[in-house]
Formats: sequence, C-alpha cells, structure tokens
Amino acid sequence: MPLDCILLVVAAWLLIGIFGVLVLHRLRLVARLMFPAGGLAGLLLAAAAAWSLTFPPASVILPIGLPTLPFHFRLDSLAAFFLLILGAVSAGVSFFAAGYFRSGEGTPPGLLCLEYHVFLASMALVLLADDAYGFMVMWETMALSSFFLVIANHRLGEIRRAGYLYLLMAHVGAMAILLCFGVLQANTGDYTFANLRAQHLSPFAASLAFLLATAGFGAKGGLLPLHVWLPEAHPAAPSPASALMSGIMLKTAVYGLLRVTFDFLHTPLWWWGLLLLALGLASALAGVVFAAVQVDMKRLLAYSSIENLGLVFAGTGLAVLFAAYDMRPMAALALTAVLYHVASHACFKSLLFVATGAVLHATRERSLGKLGGLIRYMPWVAWITLLGALTSAGLPPLGGFVSEWLLLQSFLFTPGLPNAFLNMLVPVVAALIALVTALAGYTMVKFFGVIFLGQPREEKLSQAHDAGYWERIGMLWLAAGCLVLGLFPVQVLALLDAVTRPLVGASLATQAGPWLLAPIDPARASYGPVLFLLGVSGCVATTFLLVRWRYHGRLQRVPPWNCGYPWRNARMQDTAEGFGQPIRQIFEPFFRMERDLPDAFDATPHYRVSVSDPLWHWLYLPIARTVERLARLAGQLQQGRIAIYLLYSFLTLIAVLLVVRQ
Amino acid sequence: MSTVLTQSINLLAAILLMLAFAMLSQRRVLSLIHLFTLQGATLALSTAIVGVATHQPHLYFSAALTLLLKVILIPLLLHRVIDRLNVRWDVETLINIPTTLLAGIVLVIFSFYLAQPIAQMSLTITRGTLGIALASVLLSFMMMITRSKAVPQVIGFLAMENGLFFAATAATYGMPMVVELGIALDVLVGILILGVFLFHIREQFDSMDIRHLEKLKED
Amino acid sequence: MNTGLLSQLLEVLLALWLAPLLTGWVNQWRAWLQNKSAPSLLQPYRKLHKLFHKEPVLAEHASPFYRMAPYLVFGAMALACAIIPSLSTDLPLSPAADAIALVGLFALARVFLSLAAMDVGTAFGTLGARRDMLIGFLAEPALLMVLFCASLLSQSTSLTTIVDQFAHRQFAIHPSLALAGVAFILVSLAENARIPVDNPATHLELTMVHEALLLEYSGRHLALLEWAASLKLFAYACAGLALFFPWGVADARSPEVLLLALPVLMGKLAVSGALLALLESVSAKMRIFRVPEFLASAFLLAVMGMLINILLGA
Repeated sequence: MPLDCILLVVAAWLLIGIFGVLVLHRLRLVARLMFPAGGLAGLLLAAAAAWSLTFPPASVILPIGLPTLPFHFRLDSLAAFFLLILGAVSAGVSFFAAGYFRSGEGTPPGLLCLEYHVFLASMALVLLADDAYGFMVMWETMALSSFFLVIANHRLGEIRRAGYLYLLMAHVGAMAILLCFGVLQANTGDYTFANLRAQHLSPFAASLAFLLATAGFGAKGGLLPLHVWLPEAHPAAPSPASALMSGIMLKTAVYGLLRVTFDFLHTPLWWWGLLLLALGLASALAGVVFAAVQVDMKRLLAYSSIENLGLVFAGTGLAVLFAAYDMRPMAALALTAVLYHVASHACFKSLLFVATGAVLHATRERSLGKLGGLIRYMPWVAWITLLGALTSAGLPPLGGFVSEWLLLQSFLFTPGLPNAFLNMLVPVVAALIALVTALAGYTMVKFFGVIFLGQPREEKLSQAHDAGYWERIGMLWLAAGCLVLGLFPVQVLALLDAVTRPLVGASLATQAGPWLLAPIDPARASYGPVLFLLGVSGCVATTFLLVRWRYHGRLQRVPPWNCGYPWRNARMQDTAEGFGQPIRQIFEPFFRMERDLPDAFDATPHYRVSVSDPLWHWLYLPIARTVERLARLAGQLQQGRIAIYLLYSFLTLIAVLLVVRQ
Repeated sequence: MSTVLTQSINLLAAILLMLAFAMLSQRRVLSLIHLFTLQGATLALSTAIVGVATHQPHLYFSAALTLLLKVILIPLLLHRVIDRLNVRWDVETLINIPTTLLAGIVLVIFSFYLAQPIAQMSLTITRGTLGIALASVLLSFMMMITRSKAVPQVIGFLAMENGLFFAATAATYGMPMVVELGIALDVLVGILILGVFLFHIREQFDSMDIRHLEKLKED
Repeated sequence: MNTGLLSQLLEVLLALWLAPLLTGWVNQWRAWLQNKSAPSLLQPYRKLHKLFHKEPVLAEHASPFYRMAPYLVFGAMALACAIIPSLSTDLPLSPAADAIALVGLFALARVFLSLAAMDVGTAFGTLGARRDMLIGFLAEPALLMVLFCASLLSQSTSLTTIVDQFAHRQFAIHPSLALAGVAFILVSLAENARIPVDNPATHLELTMVHEALLLEYSGRHLALLEWAASLKLFAYACAGLALFFPWGVADARSPEVLLLALPVLMGKLAVSGALLALLESVSAKMRIFRVPEFLASAFLLAVMGMLINILLGA
C-alpha cells in the first residue's frame, strides 16, 4: 500500500518533468506551478515512507526495462527511512526552487525542471530497487541527471570541467559497485537482491565485496581519497541542485553501504570496521580543515559535507566493529547515531545550500571576501541560516548535537571490545571526533559571521534584497526539520528502531519517558533537549525581564568605538582568508599552499595565497598523466589509412573465430 | 593497604609518562634538566614503593642509588656542564611540536599494544606499568631524534635509561644488585665521557649544534 | 523531589551571587601576590551595579543579534552552573544535560559571543572572534576528553552520577584522573581567559582575546557579559572541584548534608581561587601561536589519561 503511493509519487515527478519540457521557456509557469507540485509530491512521499516504517517489507515486480529483466522493487524499513528523508528534504528544496530559478541562466527552466525531477525520481528508485540491474540503471540515471544539473550554467569553462570530473568519478564508483554485485551473486547468475541476501560468501569473497562497496559508495559519498569531485561539482550546480546533491544524493551512498554491509553480508569482519573508521575519520578531519580555509561559500559547504559524511562513515565503521564482535545493542546505538546524523545533515546542509543560493541571487557574489553585513538587508535568510549553521556546528539543542551525542556515547561504551588493540584506539578516535566537531563550529562561525554579520565589504551589497515567499517557505520547512530533530530525539529514535532492528537484530532501550533521551540507561547518560531549551530560554527570559524591571531599557545609538581608531572602514574587518589563517598555520602539513608575500617596500603590495588539496597533486595528477601516456601509446594504432583499419578488423575477426573454435 | 600502594605505583607511572611528554615538548635546556631531576625523583619513589609493597629490601638500595645518582649527582653535573658551556639559557627551535606530540601518542599506543601480552604473563603487581615504561623509553628515544643540540640529546639518553630502569622494576622487581650497580657506574662514566665530548665539540665548532658533526663525514 | 527542587534553586542562586565574589577574591589575591594594594572583595558587585545603571551605547548598525547575545551567553552560563553538581547531586535539571551537553553549552555561549563580536564589524572585534574560536576549537575537545576520563571510571556521562560515585567510593588513586586533572587546569586557564593564554586585566588591544570580544559592549550588556565571565569561572571551578575533590557534596539520600555542603564548597573555592591567582602570577603570557601548543598538550594529556585508564583498568 505505501509502496504504491511511493511509486505514484515517482510517476508524478516524472510527469512533472515531462510537462516542464513541454513548456520549455515559460519560466513563471514552471517555477510557480511545477516546482511546488513536485514539493507537494515530496511531502506525500515522506508521509507514505513514514507510514510504511510500521509495515512489514513489501515488494512488487514491474515489467518495465528489458523484456526478460523486470524491475524488482522492495520497500523495507531501511529504504523507507531514506525515502522519508528524500521526501521531506526535497519538499523544502522544491518550494525554495519555486522562487529561485530566474531566466537567462544557461539551461532553459523547463529543461531544468525535467532534470531536477528525474533526479528526484531516480534517487527514489535507487532506494527502492531490489535487483542489481534496476539499481545500477537508477544509479546511473541519478548520476547523469545530476551531471546535467551541475552543468546547468555550462557556458563557464570551470563549470564544464567540474561536471566532467564529477561524471568521471561517478563512473569509477559505479564500476566498483557493479563489480561488488558481481562478487555478491557468487556465480549464481541471479542478480535480485533476494538472491544476494541468500548467498553465504567465503570470508575472502565477502571482504572483496565489502572493499568494492566501500570504494564504489565511497566515491559517491566523498570518502577520502575519492572526494575530489565533491568540492568542484557541488558549488558549480545551481543552489537547489547542490542542496539535493549534498543533502540527499550523498546519502544514497550511505544507504548502499549499509545495504551491502548489513543486509547482504551477514558476518562482518572486524577489520572492515577499522578500515571504515579510519577512512571516515580521515575524510572528516580533512574535510573540516579544508572547509575552514575556503573563501567560496559553496565550496566551504561542500568540504563540510565531506566532513559530515566522514563522520557518518566512521560511525558505520564502529557499528560494523560492534556487529563483528556480536555486540548487538552497541551496534544498534552506533547505527542509530549514523542514521540520525544522516537525517540532520540532510536538513541542515540543504538549508545552508539554499541559503547560499538566496545570497547569491541577492548579491551575485559567491566569494566570502566580498560579502558581509547581510543580516541587515536579508533578515529572513540570515536568521534561518543561523539555525542551520548552529545545527551544523553541533550545538545543543539542535539536530547536529543529538547525532554527535549518540556517536560519542557509542564510543564511550567501546572499551568492552574483546580486542585490546581496538580498545587503545578508541580514546584517540573519540578525541578526533570531538576535534572535528569543534572545528566545524569554527567553520560555521566563519561562514555565518563573514556573510551575514559585520559591515558590507562592497558598496553594492546594500541593494541586496531578502528572499521571496516561496524561498522563505522552503527554508522555514528545512529549518523546522533541524529543530524537530534537535528537540524530539526520543520520538525520532522510536522511528529509527524499526530501521536498526532488522539490520543488527537489537534495539535501544529507551525507557526514560518522552522528554529524556537515554539510549542505554538514564543513570549512564541522558539528554533532554526540550528541558535544555526551556532551561536556557527560561534563564534568558528571566534575566531580560529582571534587568528591564530592576534597571531600565534605554539605549543610545552611536558610531562604533573601535578603540577610538578614527579611520576605519569595512575592509579592515577580518576577511575569510584572515579567519582561516590560524587553521592554515596549525594544520600546515595538510595543505599545499602557494603564497606570494609582498616585501616591506613594495609600493603596490599584492598578497596572494592559494590553498589546494595535496592529494590532487600526489594521486590524481600522476594517474592522469599515466592515462594520458597510455592513451598516446594506443593512439599510435591510428594511422589514417583505411587499409590498416581494415587489417585491424580482419585480425580481430580471426582472433575471435579462433577463440570460438576452442 | 596494598591496593593503595599499587595505585600509587600506577600514579607514579603515569607521572613518569607525563614527564616524558613534557621533555619531548620542552624547548629550554634548563627546564629539561629540572624535568629530568623530577623524573629521577619519581623513579626513586616508585622503586621504594614497589619495595615496600613486595617486601624486597634490595629495592630500597636501588631506590637510594637512584636518588643519589639521578636526582643529585647527574643533575649537578649537568648544571655544571651547561654553566661551563654557557648554554644555561639556551632555547632550541623545535619545529611543529603538535606533530611530535601526535607521533608520541602513536608510540604510546604501540608500546601499550606491545606490552599487553608480556604483562599478562607477568605476575608482579606492577605488570600494568610495563607498557608505560616501554612508552617512556620510546618517547625519550624520539626526543633524542628530534633534538639537534648536544646537551638535550644527552638528557634524552639519560631519560631513556630511566625508562629502562622502570621497566625492569615493573617486569621483575628490579635487576640483581650487581647488574644494577654496574649500570649505575656505566651511566656515571657515560655522562663523564659525554661531558668531555661536549667540551670537545664546543672547542672544535664553537657551537653545540651537533649538525656540525655532519662535516666530519669524508666525501 | 522537594529537596531536589530546593537544592537546584539554591545552586543557581548561589552561583549567581557567589560568582562575582570569586572573581573579586582572585583579583584580590593577584594584587597581594604582586605586592599591590588589593581592591575590595566586593568590587565586582559595584562594577556590575554601575554598569547596569548606565545607558548602553550601541553601534549604529548593530543588528538585533548583537543585543540578544549577552542575554543568551548569560543564560547559558547560568544553566551550566545549574547542572554542575557543586552542592548536591540531587538536581532535577541534571538529567537534561550530561557532560557532553555541558561542553555543548559552553560551545553555544562561545559561538554566540564570537558572532556578536563580528556583528559590529570592527577590526578588533573580528580579531577577537577569530582568536576566541581558535582557543575554543582546541579547548572544547580537551575538556570533553577530561570529562570522558571521569566517565570511563564511573561508566556514565551524567555529571551527577559521576560525582555521586566519586564521592561515595572508597579512597583510591586513579592515575588517569591525575592526568585529566592537569589537563583540566590547562583548559580552564584557556577557557577563562587567564594568563598564560589571555590576560583578563589587559588594555593592549593587540594582545587581548576575551576583552576584544566585549570591546563594543557597554551598559547592561557589558554587565551581563562580565557577570557571565564570572559565572564561567565559577562553573569551571565547581566542575573541577566536583570531579577531582568531590567530598562534601550532598545527595538525595541525605539532604541535610546540604547545610554542610555550602561552607565546604566556599572553603574549596577560596583555596582554588588563591591557587589560580598564584598560578597566574608565576607564569607569563604566551604568544597567540603558542596557545595551540599549550592546548594541544592539554588535549594530549587527557587522551593519555583515557589510554592509561584502559591500560591499567583504573
């Protein structure tokens, strides 16, 4: 029943997309009608998915696709959870998009509408797919439609370059996933997920499948060292598309990895967990350190996505570790933390991306160094973004903190592991997670402070206009998601229980009442966000009233004091580079920096610093050069004479015939 | 009673490790000597406590020996050396202390991991501290690697010997008296020789930077 | 339940009233140790009273965020004082926030204060914000690790459970807590803008961190922020005392100890305040780029504490 609803929503999205092509250049019609309709369909999807969490898994076979290969679809709780996120977040983004797209931005609006809704539909079908064939078709559709969204503004060379890099990495990843399915089917020739689930692989084959899955899904999820496409592609896309890519598409990678590791492979090995933990932490640390030194607001967010996905993968690694040692309740705790972070990251990251879209439209400026003071011109966007930024910084009582809390709790209980070496690593890993979260706070202060606070760094910023109604609705919806995830973790956990139980076979015992999050035992650890919020706001309100009542509320407005320094202007504020400077200095070995420093007597001093990813130079450029060299070797086959080409064909034919003969 | 003693041995072990880290990140020569003295005192105290806890009177002697040698005699010598060499206020330029400290943590985990099976075989009450002893040996070794001045290197060497001594106490309640006396003598002679050596370096190169020793290589 | 509510209320009010006194006490000792004639113990109260009466002078383009921040910071610090079991472990608010949430609460206050400093858009404000976040991103994880050392010993992250267990077990020496204690002292010095990280009495713009954040504030806003800084010091002192010297804290089973708990707490605070002043007087302020090293060693000590905890099982 819910499955039918969901398929209906997918069909509706496809129809909306096709209708968009029919009215290719009618911007108002596309924007005001198509996108809100898509958003409503998203809400419906979310409702159906939430409803289905209580149902047993349902499946359906649709005879589309190749004649002998029908698509299998199955809706179980894991898929339902990710569909819920897809529906809820895409609704907010679609409402925002209704007010966002303008004419004259590369691709015509109708085409954008098609790409956008095909992207949504393919993501939904990736989550529903129940055979490798359908999964791969949908996975590729998802990659292609998002590729077209990335190059929406294809007149710019750098955007085309980002798009091709993305396409390349997506295909490398897809190849690994395809091979992974090949290993999983264990020579039975049956690629339905039911069969993959039924296979019991040898430890070697299982490890191979796991490694391939990690590589394939890691490439999609921005896991080090396959993350290089992410900071290029996400900023290039129009903001709603970046929001979808960062908020939802990256999560399909998490979904795939969970599906393979916990659903298909029944007995995980401990070193899988360690590997995931190490890779995840490396991505998280690298992501956040790079985010802190970015000067382009969308690149900053893209690196922050690498960080968050890194934390998610690290948590998954921990869950695998626990599962490998058959510590089911602990695995459930770690997995819950992972899923919670997936949900809150989907909310706040898409919120922040659409907010950058609003800023971009209002100011035509992406560089942090030319923004500032926007809270006075765009109060709506600023205050809603503040909520998203605080969530991203992992501050209580918002959504990001709950997942961090759960993750740290699961680390604290790790010393029960029966492996001394792993026990030693736990404090270090917990410390790294705490460091990453604190650095995320640093990054978010930079992000919000430089864009919205202070004085405008450019004259034209005072003409910036606030977001329109559609944009506000979309942003408010996403912000509400951050708040709900932050304030009602107990209720969300009750939903998540249905997801974790089939995967690891245990559930968390939450018996401390509806207002207190206590996953193990209230005496061991508890957190009550509502009480927390009431405490803070109670203190704030009492103080405010007491101060007003006991003293006065008078106020005087004057120019800023600034230690009496009279010549001050907006350019004396810290720039984005300045704010990142301590991080650049402390984490210097992480970066590849090129600096031009002026000397003291330079009349027209120029200061330039560019920070790039050393992995790009150490890993990708050598690979690219090798490929180029090989291609040149292969190019020698090209002679330009027809007779020689015919000779090649002839030789190939002979070789094939020989092979067939044997 | 004995649990408190065991716990205080553990505490002293932790302090020893902390001192090893402090030496790793200390820039000043003078503070290094103070830290070394403190390490010697901790060592003497812990040896004495092990002696009390296990009723092994020979450990009192080695505690007294440690006190005499490592808290009084060697620091005195070192003070004389840095006075004579005029490096009392020397500050070494260490690059990137956080990285060194991180490497230190890795070393600690490694040595804990290494000591785990040995500690499980041992029956002494101090078996848990073996990993710490090993870690302080490795940390002192690393300190010697990261230094370029001669005096801090000598101190690193002495600190390494301290770690070894502690390891011996932790694993087997100390070495036989003869061996211990021999080692004590060795250390004393070692420091005298090194002292002479330092003066020669100084005379030859007019500096205490041992990177100058690279010039001695024949091309 | 009633005694719980009572002790909760008592704790908050006590923190609010005693915090400036602690600041005054530390200042007095600092003056004595530096051979100056000391200001009155009540000087902080007079200052707050004066500031509350004054009319705030606000930068003309400051946003509402700027006016909101002092109340929020103050509220966060008051809540922090409420959930730290300084007098009693029978606190109804305590289940709402455990050790991790306490660190989150401090982080919340710091983020708001830094953002507010960036709001006016003066050079010193943004400089202060950057430096404060620099200190924070290292101090926060270090504090968390210190608390985790205690959590590993008591198998709980709930502050009241930790203190309850520490106060009522038989005497034992925990090497991991010794390391954590040293780390805690380093972190508290950094977090409370004390020498050697920051000088609370400085008037040199280029070296200040915490003062640079408050530079544009005046009147009641400044009063609230000064009070919040006192509360933070008070909260750190109480947290340190509760974790490392938990004796004399009342609990649900024996509410009558509450009467005794107050003088005990005052005594402990007096001693630690004097020691803080001593520590500040014998050390010199560091360059700002030495601070990461300082905090990295605190971080490291706390991690070592956890490692030793796992190695020695104590």
